[in-house]
Amino acid sequence: MSNREWPLWEVFIRSKQGLNHKHVGSLRAPDATLALANARDVYTRRSEGISIWVIESNNVHASDPSDADSLFEPSDTKVYRHPTFYEVPDGIKHM
Amino acid sequence: MDLQELEKRFQEKIDKEIKIEPNDWMPDEYRKTLIRQISQHAHSEIVGMLPEGNWITRAPNLRRKAVLLAKVQDEAGHGLYLYSSVETLGADREATIDDLHSGKAKYSSIFNYPAVTWADIGTIGWLVDGAAIMNQVALCRCSYGPYARGMVKICKEESFHQRQGFESLVTLCNGTPTQKAMAQDAMNRFWWPSLMMFGPSDDESPNSAQSMKWKIKRFSNDELRQSFVDATVPQAEILGLTIPDPNLKWNEETGHYDFSPINWDEFWQVVNGNGPCNKERIEARTKAKEEGMWVREAAMAYAEKRALKKTA
Repeated sequence: MSNREWPLWEVFIRSKQGLNHKHVGSLRAPDATLALANARDVYTRRSEGISIWVIESNNVHASDPSDADSLFEPSDTKVYRHPTFYEVPDGIKHM
Repeated sequence: MDLQELEKRFQEKIDKEIKIEPNDWMPDEYRKTLIRQISQHAHSEIVGMLPEGNWITRAPNLRRKAVLLAKVQDEAGHGLYLYSSVETLGADREATIDDLHSGKAKYSSIFNYPAVTWADIGTIGWLVDGAAIMNQVALCRCSYGPYARGMVKICKEESFHQRQGFESLVTLCNGTPTQKAMAQDAMNRFWWPSLMMFGPSDDESPNSAQSMKWKIKRFSNDELRQSFVDATVPQAEILGLTIPDPNLKWNEETGHYDFSPINWDEFWQVVNGNGPCNKERIEARTKAKEEGMWVREAAMAYAEKRALKKTA
């Protein structure tokens, strides 16, 4: 087993209370406990965060970049989903 | 879509300053260039811990010791951000490390020079980290997203490295004549190797043009070297240290400092393994990997055993 690598983990950090956890990078560790300990040393040496998530990278399922057009183009073409699409008479307030 | 069309679209993205992300299509040569460059950058961070780590137990006081510990720990962190970014390109982390140990992969030649006095530690922070920052700031705008993001984080952290080095040299230069002489001696030994950190001059650097076109690089080696000299000369004046180059002088016409040609024979000697510490550095890294193997294996075996118990 000497050549088997530790699994890869993706690291997410909440920078402060009220904000989302955000992906910051990855690291290798044998299990979740050590992944958290390593993430603390590697990614939070300067008060970058108050909470860490680690997720084994092979549990992340990603959309294919080559599908991006068909996935996201429909949302670009629906301008009526945005409030600026609608005209309201002058003088209307709080809308 | 055929290869030519893919390459054309790729270059259009680059020209429009759209970043390339891990799963996007990219030319094989772009991927290879980045794997080589990022892994060698990672190796430089890790090998760079060795000359400084040597001084942690001998720092002159507790403040300097705490600072040096934090700096060396940062270098480890920087190496790890970079190995993680090289893995996003599909490279095998351990294989890149084995390439370092076998001599196939290089690292910054500066770390093959020894740190023989305490003044060397301040000088490394000031000049070596200063040169590294000059390079890395340019890389923050690299076309490959994970590398650029890593560089932003690294640059933020490195500015402390340069400032602590300069502060330490200010103390020595305002100290006894012996301390000042020690600082000058460190300057004499580190000046030229620091200028060599920017790599061969532009006419000797055949891969540069392609890297510039792909926006992996934004400035040529010679441009960055010149910026470094221009930024550093006034700092040396404030310290009262003499730069070991009789031809160094301000050029009104160009608005830059002129300096002597670099001894490229020395550069290539060190790159090709014949510097003062090449052998020692690689031995230290190989030993760390081999002697730490049982710990990594034990941690993995423990994790597997616990996982098995959970499912049982």
